[in-house]
Amino acid sequence: MEYIHFAFTAFYQFGDAFAFLVLSAMGLAVIFGMMGIINLAHGEFIMCGAYVTVATARMGVPLPIAMLCGSLAAGMLGIVLERTIIHRLYHRPLDSIVATWGISLILTQGTLIVLGSSMAGISTPLGSFSVGNYSYSTYRMVLLGVAVLVLIGLYLLFHHTTFGIHSRATIQAPHMAKAVGIDTGRMYSLTFGLGAALAGLAGALYAPTISIVPTLGANFLVESFVTVVVGGADVFLGTAPAAATLAVIKAFLTGWQGQLMGQVGLLITVMVVIRILPQGLSGWLLKGRT
Amino acid sequence: MGSLQRQGSNTARSASRMPHWMRLVNGPQTLGHGPIFWVGFALAIGAAVVYPAFADAWSVGNTAYFLCWVFMALGLSLIWGYTGALSFGQTAFFGLAGYTYGVVTINFGAAYGMTLVGLLIGVGISCLGAALLGYMLFYGRISGVFLGIVTLSTTLVFATFMAQTAGSQWAIGDARLGGDNGMTGMPPLTIPWVGGDIALYSGVPLYYLLLAMLVLCYLGLRVLVNSRFGNVLVAIRENPHRAEMLGYDIRRYQLIAFVIGSGLAGLSGVLYTAWGQYISPSNMNLAAAALPIIWVAVGGRKDLTATLVGTLVVLGIFQNLTIYGSYYAFVIMGLLLVVVVVYLPEGLIPGLVRLVSRLRKRKEGLS
Repeated sequence: MEYIHFAFTAFYQFGDAFAFLVLSAMGLAVIFGMMGIINLAHGEFIMCGAYVTVATARMGVPLPIAMLCGSLAAGMLGIVLERTIIHRLYHRPLDSIVATWGISLILTQGTLIVLGSSMAGISTPLGSFSVGNYSYSTYRMVLLGVAVLVLIGLYLLFHHTTFGIHSRATIQAPHMAKAVGIDTGRMYSLTFGLGAALAGLAGALYAPTISIVPTLGANFLVESFVTVVVGGADVFLGTAPAAATLAVIKAFLTGWQGQLMGQVGLLITVMVVIRILPQGLSGWLLKGRT
Repeated sequence: MGSLQRQGSNTARSASRMPHWMRLVNGPQTLGHGPIFWVGFALAIGAAVVYPAFADAWSVGNTAYFLCWVFMALGLSLIWGYTGALSFGQTAFFGLAGYTYGVVTINFGAAYGMTLVGLLIGVGISCLGAALLGYMLFYGRISGVFLGIVTLSTTLVFATFMAQTAGSQWAIGDARLGGDNGMTGMPPLTIPWVGGDIALYSGVPLYYLLLAMLVLCYLGLRVLVNSRFGNVLVAIRENPHRAEMLGYDIRRYQLIAFVIGSGLAGLSGVLYTAWGQYISPSNMNLAAAALPIIWVAVGGRKDLTATLVGTLVVLGIFQNLTIYGSYYAFVIMGLLLVVVVVYLPEGLIPGLVRLVSRLRKRKEGLS
């Protein structure tokens, strides 16, 4: 029985870390993989998702719908920002990082001004279950399920819908895509909006488990950066295996030495990985395919 | 590139009439050369020297505080503007050196010039940290956006680490790291003197010391970027592959520039810590890390003079806005950054210089 408990605890911690990495990185990965832009306002989209979720949930809207609202609000914010600022910077990827950092400052500090330094949160739903003598949060397991569903959903979206085909065409060969009649500007907007909505979803899903402050996005940044760098440009062959690999390291180090050592471990891993595989995991997995 | 070459030929023409030492500080990689610029430079220094005679003590101390930051900005200009490597982690070296200064001086006191030793050790440690991180990054061939992400992540993790050192077990000797509240109680810079040590609290003597260091640093960097080494840095920025094909080991050049620039960030950190006798993790977090980027980007990252002037101006604006609340100041800074990056990617001052020279040319064309 002891072994089963140990195995389950290990699985639980891995699943928790995996879900966190996938959910927090997915929005960043979609935007980076599809458009080559690292969005430093990523944390603020997460923040937006969390705020809208908490605000709507406190108005009495059922939690799942509130979360959907949070995600949609972040997506809308993303599309607005893409139309007003980001689309001017597609030919200057390095400048776009700096500009998104400016946006991040405006959003964080603006939220501080408008909504104050913190907001009353909501409690974690679903309670807990126990295996042996230990109890575990049910919600964390639900998050793992959602992370897997998001991965599957994105795969279907990009590979089996017209939007997916158009968007991949726009990324691979923008001029050709334009020539065959795809509105590439619209594709860029929608893809950026999708990335923002995914970031918002991460914020929405984790909103019940964290304190709602304007700087909450920063808590997700390191993990999402690291996952995207290790993963490389491909969302499915990169981010997912990267999150799985990093989750093992993070779960192990966090369980052993605490949250901070988990982060330090991730940071060291990213430097080692990038030294061996400069294109990230996806570059290595796709080697010889292109 | 076009403007660089044009400036280059201008300098070459005037260089023949210049004494040798002037040729070191004038070159194709810096804006401003010839008598008008240097007379203006001398006037600016003169004004800075007589300034304490006309200003109250608080203003002088405050200007000294501004000067503390400029070294970090000049270092970032070298790394980002001249070498083209996006380092978002300068505040990590700022903090590392600041904490090191604190640990050394709290443990060994201020007598016998220990604060100056603390300064050197602080800068040395930040250079060492930069060499380690830079070796991993540049020899690992990390470039472009990834360089920015990894340096920023390192900074955020370091800030998180320092923020959790609140307990009494987190002390090095007598120096408590202090967690979120930061480290306090270190002595200011103290110069050993025959009649007794001179402690440089925020005031006129400290202001003169910082001014002298800044002028030296500025001229030294001008010599550096106009030397053969600096030309290679610019070649790497313009086209890393071409620079490599020409036989330069670009990793080595990038690493050296990164170490020098981070050392300057460390110098800022020590000076800031000694000025306020305080350093905390909030000097390194995401918002703090954005500030050097803003100073350098707004002034004009590809030129030392533009960075210097831009940094002082932006610092002044920022402080005046802080009166209404630091949140508002940060929002305006963010707006400034976005507007500059979108509309004037070279920065305000090179944009202004270009406008003036275009107007002058038009006038010449008319007459």
